[in-house]
Amino acid sequence: MWLIDSSIGRKVIMSVTGLFLVLFLIFHMSMNVVAIFSSETYNDICNFLGANWYALAGTMVLAAGVVLHIVFAFLLSYRNYKARPIGYSTQKNQKEVEGASQNMLVLGIIVLMGLCMHLIHFWAKMQLQEIIGATPDYEGQFTNGAELIRITFSNPYVCLAYIGWFIAIWFHLTHGIWSAFQSTGLNNKVWFPRLKMCANIFSTIIVLGFTAVVIAGYIHS
Amino acid sequence: MATDNTMKVNLKVWRQADSKAKGEFKLYENVETTPDTSFLETLDILNETLVEKGEEPIVFDHDCREGICGMCSLFINGHPHGPAQGATTCQLYMRRFKDGETITVEPWRSAAFPVIKDLMVNRNAFDQIQQAGGYVSFNCGGAQDANAIPISKVDADEAMDSATCIGCGACVAACKNGSAMLFVSAKVSQFALLPQGRVEAVKRVKSMVAKMDELGFGNCTNTRACEAECPKCISISNIARMNREFICAKFKD
Repeated sequence: MWLIDSSIGRKVIMSVTGLFLVLFLIFHMSMNVVAIFSSETYNDICNFLGANWYALAGTMVLAAGVVLHIVFAFLLSYRNYKARPIGYSTQKNQKEVEGASQNMLVLGIIVLMGLCMHLIHFWAKMQLQEIIGATPDYEGQFTNGAELIRITFSNPYVCLAYIGWFIAIWFHLTHGIWSAFQSTGLNNKVWFPRLKMCANIFSTIIVLGFTAVVIAGYIHS
Repeated sequence: MATDNTMKVNLKVWRQADSKAKGEFKLYENVETTPDTSFLETLDILNETLVEKGEEPIVFDHDCREGICGMCSLFINGHPHGPAQGATTCQLYMRRFKDGETITVEPWRSAAFPVIKDLMVNRNAFDQIQQAGGYVSFNCGGAQDANAIPISKVDADEAMDSATCIGCGACVAACKNGSAMLFVSAKVSQFALLPQGRVEAVKRVKSMVAKMDELGFGNCTNTRACEAECPKCISISNIARMNREFICAKFKD
């Protein structure tokens, strides 16, 4: 199977899963921004995306995308390590080489750690509770996302941790988005600066949207 | 004290007796040279003094010394072919360095490029990739009249740019993953862009990529270090083209 056996195939898997996760982030951010303007509407969305079959199916597909992206990241990194068993005593980069591109694995690990924190803060208290059939203390406890946002971000240290996480996501995306197009062959000299610009714009919009929700949650707490 | 026409540098050079030996850096202090002497000539000067002292001279690859053969290598002060961009080591002059500077010289590090001795590495892996498909094998007949096969200026120029790759391996040396994608993609592109090369394009890209993977080169993570260090300024748009060619070829299977 060329997608697994060849170096280019493995990069295609990284690219496709990565772009899928970017699409999810855009959806997630758009949904969250609603919470800044209307708690009721946001909770309606949370209700809609509870433990219904379509939300569960979506979660499974999303989890598969995350797992594939991570597994292949480590697989590729291991092979890359084997390709240079002895390193240089000094290695410098030209100015064209961006720091994010050299540290995607480290950034990815930070993003993964942030994801675990985020799942504990929100998913474990909402959809997971519905999946395991827990009894709510009061009606709507597991779908009152707006209240959970206010409670979680009332702690300034949690807010700072999330903003740090978003910064890592920003760096990861600025390289990841254009890189996904390059790895799938959808790039050339004309489109390269355009794709880089699009990657920067998308990353910034996504991260600013999430940050706004955290700040609004803190202010309203 | 050095005059305007002379300078002294300290050379910290990787010495390794053979491919299996454990190498180490050796410092050669106060090597006399001039700003207009090339880096390789400075190594020649150092080697002469070593031979006079009865020591083993430093082994390094070189041939044309005109920047076109791709034989010279050397990882100098953290960069393949030294700090200058768009130039090979043989085109590197001592005026790039400061008087009294310590210059670190290492061989290129890649599992696919084992050290033969000192600074010389075995780049036979590139030959093997080229032999896997970097050619046109069908009979083209006699030489065509000029412009008998119409090729757009853009394609002709891009094919020419790709063909300027001298196969030196700086891309592999620069890449943190030891990936050979820039070299292979340049070789794939120089044929893929021209009608004569299209006939075997599908077979070529599959064979060359398979050989590259087999030889233990790393995976491309699009850091662009290869493009930035390439002495012939080969663009990573070639890598995108090769990815496209490879993915399309695999879908045709």
